[in-house]
Amino acid sequence: MNAEIPSRVQPTPNAVSAPYWEACARGELSLQHCNGCQQFQFYPRTICSHCGGTDLAWQVVSGSGRVKSFTVVRRGISKAYAAPYVVALIELKEGPSMMSTIVGSEPEVVAIGASVQVGFEAWSEDIQMPVFSLT
Amino acid sequence: MSGSALRGQVAIVGAADTDVGVLPGRTPMELCVEAALAAIADAGLDKSDVDGLITCNAMAQPMLYHAEAAAEYMQIFPRYCFAAGAGGGTTFSVIHHAMSAIATGMADVIVVSMADAMRSGLTREQAMLVQASTGHPEFEQPYGVTVPAYYALIAQAHMAEFGTTEAQFAGIAVACREHASRNPTAQMRDPITVADVLESRLIADPLHLLDCSLVSDGGSAVVLMSAERAADTAHAPVYILGAGEGHSHEHISAARSLTTSAAKEAGERAFAMAGLGPAEMDFAQLYDCFTPTVMVELEDLGFCAKGEGGAFVDSGALLPGGALPVNTHGGLLSHCHPGNPGSMFALTESVWQLRGSCGERQVAGATNALVHAQGGIMSSHAALVLGKEVG
Repeated sequence: MNAEIPSRVQPTPNAVSAPYWEACARGELSLQHCNGCQQFQFYPRTICSHCGGTDLAWQVVSGSGRVKSFTVVRRGISKAYAAPYVVALIELKEGPSMMSTIVGSEPEVVAIGASVQVGFEAWSEDIQMPVFSLT
Repeated sequence: MSGSALRGQVAIVGAADTDVGVLPGRTPMELCVEAALAAIADAGLDKSDVDGLITCNAMAQPMLYHAEAAAEYMQIFPRYCFAAGAGGGTTFSVIHHAMSAIATGMADVIVVSMADAMRSGLTREQAMLVQASTGHPEFEQPYGVTVPAYYALIAQAHMAEFGTTEAQFAGIAVACREHASRNPTAQMRDPITVADVLESRLIADPLHLLDCSLVSDGGSAVVLMSAERAADTAHAPVYILGAGEGHSHEHISAARSLTTSAAKEAGERAFAMAGLGPAEMDFAQLYDCFTPTVMVELEDLGFCAKGEGGAFVDSGALLPGGALPVNTHGGLLSHCHPGNPGSMFALTESVWQLRGSCGERQVAGATNALVHAQGGIMSSHAALVLGKEVG
């Protein structure tokens, strides 16, 4: 290990997930939608996890949802993450849940059930990470 | 097929732990072999009697062929040999497999031995790998989610849904410590109070330091054989009356529910095989990597109704002498937690409790017990019902 300033964990997009990250880079949250059963899914897969179909299309979604659960991390995972910070499970309006964080508020005001809206934060030159703010 | 044909077919006839806690200089393989040979001796057997070996890999000494390496070290030559990996749930998943292997004649005498040196043996790179092995690398890890944070999500959801309090989670840590204070081998033996837990520093809200399990070195092993053959071994056999598993997800962000886990299916399947229910258990060993797991497991395994885990803890049931003593050795919270092998110590403790050899911490009249383990973030669950009699 060298003594460089550590960077946050970076996702490595693959062929299936690349459209998700490309949408993030445009400032849009995009999910796979199944043309067979009309349901959304997250994370991206080669198949629909609901019906097993393969007719999946990317669709930009509202980016609104609610806090399903959250915690305030008091002891950060590395020096790249300045504690305290919020880790939150977000239930999107369209159905799927995703891990994320809440930014722009003191951790103490975050609550389960609170309404949130997606935004994006640069994680690297290439990656814009979806993060959420209380609305 | 329900698998009920396995009921009472297999018995645990040997059990042994190494020292646990902080064991600098001891490699996981040494601990694994020490535990295995001690369990074989406890059973009154010779290593040449063993024809099956199951281990789990060690974070501090990973090997591609772990079980084969352990067999080689001991110079035993099994016809059934594998290393398993389902995190903390590995322990009882492999017991389930071993039961099936004995019943179908794949092996006659199986040693299950697991050890690791999470406390003293990890290099910095291995420690980072342990941290990075949890969570989805693309959709969870970038947010800086620590292992306690994943479990804190479950605790918060339980609090919001059922009004469970931090003090009730703390009560679980207190109960485990009360048991550990009666166990000379436990890593942490000084009694603690709910206030001690709540005043220990916050790690990931609502989890305080004392809501989190230990980091330990240690190894533990059991010997299994058919109930028929077990009739004339050194100690009274402990029969495996039921076994069940449930696997619901890998990543907590993809879980069906945060507050109901696949411990429900694992418990229902194990109890159905045993023909017994939660009320007939004299004690239970429940996977306690963090206090909220025990809260959810008490409910999912049927010891109390969903949402009533907090009140059940408040009743004092989990304490020594309580209605359902939980983690009579001290659990991962206070006895030891060397990673994947953690629940082995709950199993050996259960064997000793059912033999009646636990001294000061003996559960009076213990006849039947439930042991449960989970791996991942409440992902992979396995439960066993153990008994002194096949009945």
